[in-house]
Amino acid sequence: MSNEFRLADRGRIDRDRPIRFRFDGGDYEGYQGDTLASALLANGIHQVATSIKHGRPRGIMAAGAEEPNALVQIERPFPEPMLTATTVELREGLQASGLPGRGQLSTGDDPARYDTMHAHCDVLVVGAGPAGLAAALSAARSGARVIVAEADTEFGGSLLGSGETLDRAPGTEWVRRATAELAACPEVRLLPRTTVFGHYDDNYLVALEHRGEQAHSRQRVWRMRAREVVLATGSHERPLVFAGNDRPGTMLAGSARTYLNRYAVRPGNRAVVFTTNDSAYAAAIDLADAGVEIAAIVDAREVVSTHWASLCIERGITIHADTAVVSTSGTDRVSSAHLCSLRSDGSRTPSVRQVVGCDLLLVSGGWNPAVHLHSQARGSLRFSEDIGAFVPEQDVRSVRSAGAAAGLFATSESLRSGAEAGRDAARAAGFDAEPGRLPRAEKAPVLASRSVWLLPSPADSDGSTRFVDLARDVTVADIRKATRAGMDSVEHVKRYTTLGTAHDQGKTSGTLSTGVIAEMLGRDVAELGTTTFRAPYTPVTFAALAGRDRGDLYDPVRVTAMHDWHVEHGAPFENVGQWKRPWYYPRPGEDMETAVLRECRAARESVGIQDVSTLGKIDVQGPDAAEFLDLVYTNMMSTLKVGRIRYGVMCTADGMVFDDGTVTRTDEQRYLISTTSGNAAGVLAHLEDWLQTEWPHLRVYLTSVTEQWATIALVGPDSRQVLSRVASGIEVGNDSFPFMSFRDGLVAGRRARVCRISFSGELAFEINVPWWYGREVWEALHEAGQPFGITPYGTETMHVLRAEKGFPIVGQDTDGTITPDDLGMSWAVSKKKTDFLGKRSFSRADTARTDRKQLVGLLPADENLVLPEGSQLVDTAELPEPPVPMLGHVTSSYRSAALDRGFALAVVKAGRDRIGETIYSPVGDRLAAVTITEPVFYDKEGARRDG
Amino acid sequence: MAEPYAESPLATYTEVLSRHSVPGRIDIAERPFVAQVDVRVDPKSPAAERIGTALGAMLPNQPGEVAVAGELSVLWLGPDEWLILGPEGSQETIQDTVNAALDGDHAAVVDVSANRTILSITGPKTRELLNKGCALDLHPRSFAVDRCAQTMLARAGVILVCRDTQLPSYWVIVRSSFARYVADWLADAAVEYGSGSG
Repeated sequence: MSNEFRLADRGRIDRDRPIRFRFDGGDYEGYQGDTLASALLANGIHQVATSIKHGRPRGIMAAGAEEPNALVQIERPFPEPMLTATTVELREGLQASGLPGRGQLSTGDDPARYDTMHAHCDVLVVGAGPAGLAAALSAARSGARVIVAEADTEFGGSLLGSGETLDRAPGTEWVRRATAELAACPEVRLLPRTTVFGHYDDNYLVALEHRGEQAHSRQRVWRMRAREVVLATGSHERPLVFAGNDRPGTMLAGSARTYLNRYAVRPGNRAVVFTTNDSAYAAAIDLADAGVEIAAIVDAREVVSTHWASLCIERGITIHADTAVVSTSGTDRVSSAHLCSLRSDGSRTPSVRQVVGCDLLLVSGGWNPAVHLHSQARGSLRFSEDIGAFVPEQDVRSVRSAGAAAGLFATSESLRSGAEAGRDAARAAGFDAEPGRLPRAEKAPVLASRSVWLLPSPADSDGSTRFVDLARDVTVADIRKATRAGMDSVEHVKRYTTLGTAHDQGKTSGTLSTGVIAEMLGRDVAELGTTTFRAPYTPVTFAALAGRDRGDLYDPVRVTAMHDWHVEHGAPFENVGQWKRPWYYPRPGEDMETAVLRECRAARESVGIQDVSTLGKIDVQGPDAAEFLDLVYTNMMSTLKVGRIRYGVMCTADGMVFDDGTVTRTDEQRYLISTTSGNAAGVLAHLEDWLQTEWPHLRVYLTSVTEQWATIALVGPDSRQVLSRVASGIEVGNDSFPFMSFRDGLVAGRRARVCRISFSGELAFEINVPWWYGREVWEALHEAGQPFGITPYGTETMHVLRAEKGFPIVGQDTDGTITPDDLGMSWAVSKKKTDFLGKRSFSRADTARTDRKQLVGLLPADENLVLPEGSQLVDTAELPEPPVPMLGHVTSSYRSAALDRGFALAVVKAGRDRIGETIYSPVGDRLAAVTITEPVFYDKEGARRDG
Repeated sequence: MAEPYAESPLATYTEVLSRHSVPGRIDIAERPFVAQVDVRVDPKSPAAERIGTALGAMLPNQPGEVAVAGELSVLWLGPDEWLILGPEGSQETIQDTVNAALDGDHAAVVDVSANRTILSITGPKTRELLNKGCALDLHPRSFAVDRCAQTMLARAGVILVCRDTQLPSYWVIVRSSFARYVADWLADAAVEYGSGSG
C-alpha cells in the first residue's frame, strides 16, 4: 500500500502534490517536500543498500548529510553516483537504486550546465537553523551585507524536525517570519540548498548550490569572501557500538523524530530506544504520541531524568536505567534488541537479560557539533566532558561558532548565541548591530549524558559485527587489529582501517572511533583528538568545480586580426600557447605534406605570405635601455644603431637558452624587442623581475604591445616586387633598405613599420600595422602578389624553411638544458660584455664540457625517411643489451622541398666533432642509418637573403 | 585594390553581442577604437606633475583610481603606470600632450590603442554576470564609479572599470587577441538572463 507509514496530518510535505518515483525497480509515490529517504520510509522501505565490504543489508540511519548507509545511484533524470538518499530531494520521475558502496558514472554526456558565482559579504552565516537565523537577523538589521547558506531545501534546521514551539507558536512560524524579514533586506542573499563545503584562508569559503533540473544551471559553485563568518552548522547525532548495530531499522533517534515531525512518516510500529542522554526521550515521546509503540527506553545512565521519566510514565513507557542494548536480531530488518545490565558485577562476563521485540531501534550516543568548517579554518578543538564531544576550543579570527556547532544544544541557547555571534560579526565588520528580541523557547532541564564507547558484548567477543564506521564496514575487530599492530594515533588507525574515509567523511563515526581507540589503549579521548577535517564537507562533482571552463571555453583561444581570413582559406590551426596559428593551407585534394611542399617551394622560388602577429612584442625605453638589454641578452645590443635590427638570445641565470627574438632600435633610448609566440608573458615577467628586484637603479620602462601590431611576413625572391606595388615612402632596394633594418612608410595606404628580417633565409619583409588594419593590409598584399603566385603559408612551412637554414626554435630544439654554444651560437654570446644573465654559468665545468649535446643536422640514408621527432639516437646498427647508451634525440624533422628528401635537426653528444659520421635511430622495429651534418642544409653562404 | 577598412577586434561579433543582450537586463557591446595611451613615469617626479597639469587631472596615485578630465579618463594600473583613454583618433594628440609635458624627462608613452578593445556591459544583471567570472567585490560600497582594477574575467586578464553604479555599467578592457574569448564567455554567461534566442 502506498504511503502506508505516512501520517494523515503534520509535517511539511505538500499532500496536494504527489510525486511518483522509482526505486530499485519498484514504483512509489511520495510528496513535494520529501527526500528520497523520507519517501522510502513512508512506503515502509528501510533497507536501501548493502554494505561495501560484507554485503550486509543497510537501512536509512539519518535524515541528513551524516547518513553513512543509504547510498543510492540516481539513474534519472541524470546518472549520478553515490548520493545519500537523505539528501536527495524527491522530484517527479526520479529513478534511483541502492548501492553497495560504489556508484557508476554516466557514460553519456551530461546535458546540464554547472557554473560559478563569486560573492562577497560582511557576514556569511553558514546554516539557517535557530542559531543561524538569529545571527543573520542581528547582522542584517545593521545594514551589513549578509549571505545565509543552508544545505537544506528550506530554512529552520532543527526546528523543522523537532516540532518545538517558540513564543508558544510552532517554531516553524518564527522561521517563516525570520526568513521573510531577511528576504526583504536588499543587502541579504539567501541561499537554500547550498552546502558550504570548504573554509579556506582569509574567510574564503566555497559552497555548492543544488539549483535543480529546471534551473539555468543544475549546480552552482559559490566562491565567497566574507569579512566575518558565523558557523551555525548544527550537530550530528552519534550512534552506539553494539553487536548488530547496522541492521536496517536502526536509526538515530533525532532523525526518527525529524521523519515523524517534518515528513509525517512513522518510521516503525514498535520501537526500542537506546540512549546515553536526554535527547532521545523527546523522540520517544513524539513517536509514542503519534502512535508508535515504545517497547522500551534503554538508558546507559544509572540515573535518568525525572522530567522525562514522568512523561514516560504518563504514557506507560518502560525505562531500563544503567542498561545497554548489546546485540540485535533480525534478517533484513531488526526484529529484537537484546538488553544487558551495565552494573558492574565483578569479572563475570555480562549476559543478555532481556530480549525485546521491535521493528525500529533508535539510538543516541550523544551529539557531535559539526565543527568541520571551524576546523578547516584552523580552529582548535577541545573535548567537552559535559556533552561527550569535541567542541571549538576558541574562535579563530573573524569566525564565530554558534548554537549546536558550539556545543549549545538547547534551542534557547542556540538563539542567544546565534544572535550574539551575528551582532559581534556585524560590529567587527564596522556596523552598529544589536541582537534584538529573541523568541522564547521551551526549556527542559538537561541531565548530563554518559559517554559510552565500547559496550559489553556477550554475543560478539571479537567485535566483528560491532560497527564503528558503517560506510566503510569498519568494526571494533578491525580497530583492535590496528591498535594491536601498535598504532596509537587516530590518524594511523584511520589509514590502516579506512575508517572515516567514505563519502560521509566519518560524520557519525569520527568521535566514536576516537572513543573506541581511547578505550582500547586506556587513554584519554581528549588527548587522542580527532582526525583532520578536510574539504569538501560533502561530496562535490568535478563537473561543478569545472563550471563553464570546458569545451570551447576550457581555455582562452587567442586569435590574430587575420584569423577569419585563415579560416575562410581552409587552414587547419596549430595551438601555440593559447594562440591559434594557421598550420598550412591545403588546396582541394592536397594532404598536409603536399601542401607544405608547395608552400615551401613558393617561399623559396617566388613569394609566400605568413601571419606572424603572434610573436610577442615589448617596448623598452629609457636612458638605461641599452645597458638593460646588454644585461638580458647574451649579445651586445648597446652598439646597435638606430634603425637597425639584431637577433638576440636570452638566457636564464643558469646559462640555458630561455628565449630568442629580434631587437629593433627605434630611437636612441627606445627599442622594440620580439619574443617567441608562446613565451611573451613569460619574457615580460622575467624582464620586470630582474628590473624591479636586481636592477632598480636602471631607468627603463617596459610596455607590452603584442596586440598593438598585426605583423605580416612577406617571404621569397619576389617579395620586394610585391611590397613595392603597395608601399609608398619606402625605398625597397637592397642598398637603401639593407638586411636587418627597418623603414617607416605607408603600406596599402596605412602607416606601417617594415622590417627586413628573415626566418627562412630568403629575402623577406615583416610589415607591422596596427591590429585594426591587419586584415586589410594582408588582403592588399595578397592581391598585390597575385601576379607572382603569392602563397599563404602556415607554421609547418615556416618550420621547414627555418630548419633548412638550421635556425633553432626555442622550446622545440631546446628544452631548458641547452646553452647558446650547444646551439652553435657562440657568435651570439658577447665576449666583450662584463656581465649579462647566464655569463657566469658558461664557465661552469658542466657548461664548458666538450661532450655536451650539440645541435647538428641529420640526413637519413633513406632519403624518403622523415624521422619521428623525439627519436633517440644510438651508436650502433644493432641494439646492444640494455642499458643502451643514448647519444641524443631528434628535435625537428621534415621533408624538404629544396633538398627533395627528409632531414632533421638533433642534439647529439659532441655532435659537432662527429659531422660526417653515421649513427642510428630506432624507427619502428628497425634501426635507420643517419649521417650527422652541419645544421645548415640550404644556402650555406646566405646568398638569398638580399634577393 | 581592396577598399581600405579598419576592423576592430570584435567587428564580426556585433550580431553575437546584440543577440546576447536582453533589453532591460543586460546590454553587451564593443566600444571600438577608443584611443589608449600607456604612460609610465615616476609618480613623484616633476614630470608626473606636469603631465597631470597638461591633461587637466593629476595622475591618480591610489590603486584602482580613475581620474577624469573632460573626454579623457586616466586609469591607475600600477604605482608607475597609467592608461589614458580618449575619444577615437585622439591617441596622437594625447601622446603629443604627454610628451610635451615630459620635456625630455624619463618616461614611457606608448600608443596601445589597438592592443586592447573595450566591451561595455550595462544593465541590472551586469554585476551578477561579471561575478560569474570575476572574483572582485563589485558592490558599489567596494567598487564605485571611476574605479578600475586589473583582474581576471574567467580565464582572461582584463582591466575592469566601473562607469556607473546606478545602471550599472562597466567597461571590460581586454587584449585584442582575447576579445573573442571574452565575448564568447560573456555570451554564454548571459544565457541565464534570457539571451541568445532569436
